[in-house]
Amino acid sequence: MEHVILFLVFAGIAVVAAINLVLQTHPISSALSLVGVMGALALIYLQLGGEFIASAQLIVYAGAIMVLFIFVIMLLNAGTERKIKRNLWVKYAGLPLMALFIGVIAYVVERMLPPSPGGLFGNMTHGNPQEIGRLLFQTYLLPFEVTSILILIAILGAVVLARKEIE
Amino acid sequence: MPAIPDSVPFAWYLILSAILFTLGIAGFLFRRNVITVFMSIELMLNAVNLSFIAFSYKFKQPDGHIFSFFVMVVAAAEAAVGLAIILTIFKNRQTLEIDEVSSLKD
Amino acid sequence: MNFYLVSLIKSALVAFVLLTALAYIQWVERKVLAHIQLRIGPRRVGPHGLLQPLADVIKLLTKEDMIPSHVSKFFYLLAPFLAVMFALISIAVIPFGTEVKIGNFTTPMQLTDLNVGVLFILGLSGIGVYGVALAGWASNNKYALIGGLRSSAQMISYELPMAMAIAGPLLLLNSLSFRELVDGQAGYYLGFIPKWSIFHGPFPQIVSFFIFLIAAFAETNRVPFDLPEAENELVAGFHTEYGSMKFAAFFMAEYANMVTVSCVAVLLFLGGWQPLWPAEYGSGYLPTLILGVSGLICLYHGMNPARPLDRYTLPVFGVAFLGLAGVFLIPAIAPMLLPLFWFLSKVGAVLFIYIWIRGTLPRFRYDQLMSFAWTVMFPLAIVNLFITALMVALN
Repeated sequence: MEHVILFLVFAGIAVVAAINLVLQTHPISSALSLVGVMGALALIYLQLGGEFIASAQLIVYAGAIMVLFIFVIMLLNAGTERKIKRNLWVKYAGLPLMALFIGVIAYVVERMLPPSPGGLFGNMTHGNPQEIGRLLFQTYLLPFEVTSILILIAILGAVVLARKEIE
Repeated sequence: MPAIPDSVPFAWYLILSAILFTLGIAGFLFRRNVITVFMSIELMLNAVNLSFIAFSYKFKQPDGHIFSFFVMVVAAAEAAVGLAIILTIFKNRQTLEIDEVSSLKD
Repeated sequence: MNFYLVSLIKSALVAFVLLTALAYIQWVERKVLAHIQLRIGPRRVGPHGLLQPLADVIKLLTKEDMIPSHVSKFFYLLAPFLAVMFALISIAVIPFGTEVKIGNFTTPMQLTDLNVGVLFILGLSGIGVYGVALAGWASNNKYALIGGLRSSAQMISYELPMAMAIAGPLLLLNSLSFRELVDGQAGYYLGFIPKWSIFHGPFPQIVSFFIFLIAAFAETNRVPFDLPEAENELVAGFHTEYGSMKFAAFFMAEYANMVTVSCVAVLLFLGGWQPLWPAEYGSGYLPTLILGVSGLICLYHGMNPARPLDRYTLPVFGVAFLGLAGVFLIPAIAPMLLPLFWFLSKVGAVLFIYIWIRGTLPRFRYDQLMSFAWTVMFPLAIVNLFITALMVALN
């Protein structure tokens, strides 16, 4: 029972932080809320047995990508946004309806699948680093090497775009 | 008071993923600061990662974790290049609102 | 016993010991730096200045807790909280010794043994950047902002060589959990050379050890890499606008990071709690020997003391050391205390190296620091990892 309560706590943190991301006006608050979402999601991945992915989420996503976001926000000195009027129907009726729509699709898809045990902390079935390492270097070797070239291209692109023009 | 199940039912992970994805779309459509729009895209990617891991747990195969790992890698590369582009836009137009970077319109 | 109760007791004990140790590491640092610089250091508050950390804590707690009017309040208050929280959480996965047996109840000397303990520490050191960056930004002060950005850029630049240096012993020892890493370093070559990672297997990890130590100096913002927070540069960097308890929080976070990184270095490279020479040659009697000799020296100097107060304090210390030496001889608890002794003395040696280097080296300029990370450490770490992997694969 404590697994369900813990899941609800972390899911609640994730949803509240995501709502905060959308509602806050200053980008720094949005960025820190996104870090909160990623932390809560990392804990939910732990519940699903994904130790490696939880650690990768913390190291790569929350520890490197979001730090990059925060650097850019601090360097560009992005201020708060101005509010403009929008169609109220879109905001207050459209979004809950879309959430309902996607939620119903997810539920119907789940109903069509055979039943299986639910998520438990400590039920580490797959996702330990040994197995993922073996898969990455045997079955999925080609995508792994291609993503390394992708990262090289991204580094080159970022360096070219962000350097000072030499007149 | 309905009985609290002793393990988390699988549908709840998909519903959480759906809610986060919708919130990501909301941020993407309604915010005007380009960095916040970019962060909403990262939120959508995270919601999809959760779906992958949940299905990988259900079918007892580790392939979902591999897909999730690749999504993270691609998100990292995209964040690097996207932020470099945002820096260039700021250098040239001194603004960070996407409504004002519209000189190709009409 | 109930799992939650045991965890609560262990957490309380570790937290108490850690916080006391942080205060006293500062005492050790001040004394050692003073002796390197041919002076004495604090000696008035308590015998040999031993109550100086207490005096400092009382001063910092009772100072007026001021929030300047021009800062963004929420982030100003959040930043030291984040810095301290992530620095203290990392102690949860560090094992201090083997098992504790009380009656028929055993528990490992570790708060939690994660399967991915090493990745957990790496992740937390990545998230620890937020405290520094937010502190610099929230202070609304251009010196603090530049100091904060420089410090966080330095921390994330040195995470890469650190992670690659960590990958070396992981290749040799084939696990990510700290307890299994230390168990893999048990045993002796030729009967007397310990199988620590720096002497191990197909490729001794000496280069990895040095890369890890240098990267750890940069991660914890210590000399020679402490430009972003030095007092005579940039008006104290990112913690310019912080006073009293919040400033103490940043310093606690820095020392806690130092302790964590030293513990990780000892566990990965120096064999954790494995003794330096085998037990049949008498390594079990080393703590008794050291403590007994120190006790006898204290008692001898208590007879003709250099300062009048030492007539009372030195014999007390002498008796205390002799008592501790006796404790290590009790056969019931000696097997629990010996690994703890070896672990703590190795961590103490690494911390002494930290303090020693602080007293000896000047600091790097910021562009020298960053180019050192990217042009020297990173290629060296890659080459080292490549050679390690090659030697492991060829075996």
